[in-house]
Amino acid sequence: MSLTSDLKNQLPVILIQTLVIGVVIYVALQLFYNTQANLEARNIASGFDFMSVEGGLPINDTLLPYEPADTYGYAFLMGALNTIFVSIIAIVLSTILGVIVGCARVSTNWLVAKLGAVYVEILRNIPLLLTLFFCYSVVLVSLPHPRESLVPFEDIFINNRGIFLPRPEFQDGMTWVFVALAVAIAGSIFLFRKSKQLRDATGKGLHTGWISLALCVGLPGLAFLMTGQPITFDMPVLKGFNFKGGMVLRPEFSALLIGLIMYTAAFIGENVRSGIQSVDKGQLDAAKALGLKPSLVMRKVILPQTLRVCIPATTNDYASLVKNSSLAVAIGYPDMVSVGGTIIGQNDQAIEIIGLWMAVYLTINLIISLSMNWFNSKVQVVER
Amino acid sequence: MESQKVVIDVKGLNKWYGDFHVLKNIDLQVRKGERIVICGPSGSGKSTLIRCMNRLEHHQEGTIIVDGTELTGNLKGLEKIRKEVGMVFQNFNLFPHMTVLENLTLAPIWVRKMPKKEAEKIAMHYLGRVRIAEQAKKYPGQLSGGQQQRVAIARALCMNPNILLFDEPTSALDPEMIKEVLDVMIELAEENMTMVCVTHEMGFARTVADRVIFMDYGEIVEQNSPEEFFSNPQYDRTKLFLSQILQH
Amino acid sequence: MNQEQKTLVFTPTPAAPAPIAATGVIHWLRKNLFSSWTNSILTVLCIALLAKGIPPLISWAFIDAVWTGGPEMCTNDGGACWAFIGAKYRILLVGTYPPDLIWRPIASGLLFVGVIAATVSGCCKNRYLIGLWPLLFVIALWLIGGGAGLAEVDQSMWGGLMLSLGLAAVGILLSIPFGILLALGRQSKMVGISTPCIGFIELIRGVPLITILFMASVMMPLFLPEDMQINNLLRVQIGIILFSSAYIAEVVRGGLQAVSSGQTDAAKALGLSKWMVTLFIVLPQALRHVLPALIGRCIALFKDTSLVIIVGLLDFLGMAKAASQDQVWLGHDAEGYAFCAVMYWCICFGMSRYGRSLEKRGPKKNN
Repeated sequence: MSLTSDLKNQLPVILIQTLVIGVVIYVALQLFYNTQANLEARNIASGFDFMSVEGGLPINDTLLPYEPADTYGYAFLMGALNTIFVSIIAIVLSTILGVIVGCARVSTNWLVAKLGAVYVEILRNIPLLLTLFFCYSVVLVSLPHPRESLVPFEDIFINNRGIFLPRPEFQDGMTWVFVALAVAIAGSIFLFRKSKQLRDATGKGLHTGWISLALCVGLPGLAFLMTGQPITFDMPVLKGFNFKGGMVLRPEFSALLIGLIMYTAAFIGENVRSGIQSVDKGQLDAAKALGLKPSLVMRKVILPQTLRVCIPATTNDYASLVKNSSLAVAIGYPDMVSVGGTIIGQNDQAIEIIGLWMAVYLTINLIISLSMNWFNSKVQVVER
Repeated sequence: MESQKVVIDVKGLNKWYGDFHVLKNIDLQVRKGERIVICGPSGSGKSTLIRCMNRLEHHQEGTIIVDGTELTGNLKGLEKIRKEVGMVFQNFNLFPHMTVLENLTLAPIWVRKMPKKEAEKIAMHYLGRVRIAEQAKKYPGQLSGGQQQRVAIARALCMNPNILLFDEPTSALDPEMIKEVLDVMIELAEENMTMVCVTHEMGFARTVADRVIFMDYGEIVEQNSPEEFFSNPQYDRTKLFLSQILQH
Repeated sequence: MNQEQKTLVFTPTPAAPAPIAATGVIHWLRKNLFSSWTNSILTVLCIALLAKGIPPLISWAFIDAVWTGGPEMCTNDGGACWAFIGAKYRILLVGTYPPDLIWRPIASGLLFVGVIAATVSGCCKNRYLIGLWPLLFVIALWLIGGGAGLAEVDQSMWGGLMLSLGLAAVGILLSIPFGILLALGRQSKMVGISTPCIGFIELIRGVPLITILFMASVMMPLFLPEDMQINNLLRVQIGIILFSSAYIAEVVRGGLQAVSSGQTDAAKALGLSKWMVTLFIVLPQALRHVLPALIGRCIALFKDTSLVIIVGLLDFLGMAKAASQDQVWLGHDAEGYAFCAVMYWCICFGMSRYGRSLEKRGPKKNN
């Protein structure tokens, strides 16, 4: 008896779910058939075979060596690498700038606080694309022709084709310099440990900051001199209308990077500000009453608590930054959307390309989420 | 009572919040070993007064001399004073991201430059004094209000202060936890710790205080020994206040 | 013991005025700008920065600027050429809309401003507003698009700020109900419903808007049968609606979680059915709770519409870019972008102020 009455109760639930899933499947099938028909009618290929076809796409800003004779697949990979490259640099730099902006907004200095507020309010209320266009046209328009480049330092040329720098080429001796650097870093870590042990034992630590700085600069420097300065530079040289040799930061890349950093820093700054303001004023009182110096109060009491509050919102901002890097297509930086868009323009295989985009962005998103969640769980305050 | 050294000397103290005159011409001397209770209606300035004593608030006129050092903007003097004066807050203000033990050892290690082992020894000693030694590795969020306040008292004691300031230490506690905190405070008083305590707990005042001070409208209205204060209040305001407070 | 001790009357000392050093300009300067060595250095650095940056900006934008005249009045170096904006403001605002029919977008614009004023001032009851906004859109669509008595204007001629506002407004209006449904679906205990909802939301939120726009613009014609093709503007609008609804769904989900379970308990105890509980008790409270966050989504969506330039629609920013390519007026992109920036900033800042005032007013009010 109970079985049938259970079934009676469950029936509407089961029916509704079946209906919904049925509709979803029906629509999906319809779309699938339509798509097949349309693709045939327009003579568009299907599948990923095009990835191994020679592309002939000119991409002038790649991390790995690339020739237009390379395949579509390799070109797309260059685009994806560019996306990841720009995102990583932008995340690091915008975090630093964001922390500065956030601290500025809570500063006791009225002028600094107001400047921070102006910065945030301007950048948050203007579309990122507009900021990018601004940076790009400001960078491009106001810079001179290659023949009249700005030369802030010897052998560094700034013009409307980009910032041309000497490219360092490492000779044999450089391995020793890198070894020295590694030793210096290891030594610094060892120094920090020893200092902590010393402070635990006697109450006085060493001036680890200065000593490790001296180590990291001095030791490699010494090795550098002793191995006969094993660096040669490939200098950019003006040939005709352009520079050859050296390495170049293109205006597209610089504009995208600057725009992304400034925009995201405004949001991260707001997170940091609300984090700092969310720390109870009583914490400050208690720390001061115990006699802690302001720098210690910040380091040991305020910032750790701020960090815990900021992380979820900042994770969101990092994910947004990666998605915003797709705006590169509007100013001509060859990121994944840019390259993919060109490929679609050539062979109309939009479905495959868009599918690839989604797969890559979702994977990046997932990685960011997982790492930040792990970080978050490590720093959470233990409660009852 | 033999004439003890004056450890807190407040003369002509005037403080304004913007245009609001919150402390008016306060004169107060606290001798070593004295236990002072300050009471009064809310808004009377009593919290502000003791927060001025370790310069958590600035005063605009008058002088405050603590343990021979005058409280001004001078940072060196301030550091010296804050090592000698401990404070316990109404909302405990324990650092939630550190364990109980780390809360207690933070200042001794970084301000008194003590070695970690020594700081931990002292911390465990005081945790035992407030009868909470078994919670040393827990986080404040895992403790009850009464336990947290006792940890806060131990944290103040770890700096070996000469003077302890209490800012309504039991006002944020559930009634059943008030006794455990008051017991600790009474023990401290019996060991002749100099204490200045803002509180509504009149039982505590009767048991332990050498002097009870009543404040209203930013001034000291009257001060007396507990016996005189409770049985023979001089002013109408005091009588009114006592009648309200001692109702329940 | 003196039994008859007279009670003394306590008269409080009158409050004295604060000392000059504690108030006034000098004190303010000392406290806020020069309170310590680091602060003083920072103040000096900031003032130096401002002194370096502000005067050239002012001389470019105002003093040396050319306000009226033709392209020959504006030389490339020197001041800003606001005459460029003066010549191009029509296409910046309404795109390539036929000039003789321009009273129609203007009329819609005035209606829009009117309805916004009614919403912000809080003069009308909510139920009227909920009906007023869709009505506004139907009328605006009729005025701008034509049909039923008015001459038709093809969507390819719609552009400029009008297009940006239209895309954003329709996007928000239609994505709110869709987003609410998604949020409710996500909360559903039926796996068959919650799974597609969660899948949709997470998929859309994980990819950039550009990919969605590409999907809408390039892929949708492939999905639809030959005889059912729709124009580009409609495709992009659908893409924007889908995109926005996923984000609105997350915002509403936060609101739904904030409504305490005591509310549903009480409602069920009164005998209301599950649907009635959701519709009349939970949803209104959830929405009231997240109203500021919804305003935030409006601002974000309005900014995001600037991306439609990538799929070939000329919205406000797109028009600014296109206008600056005009052969006659070459080299004035800075003025175009500055004009755009000011307009975007005013609209977005205004919306965020409104959102903040809602936050301050608190979840009560309304009705």
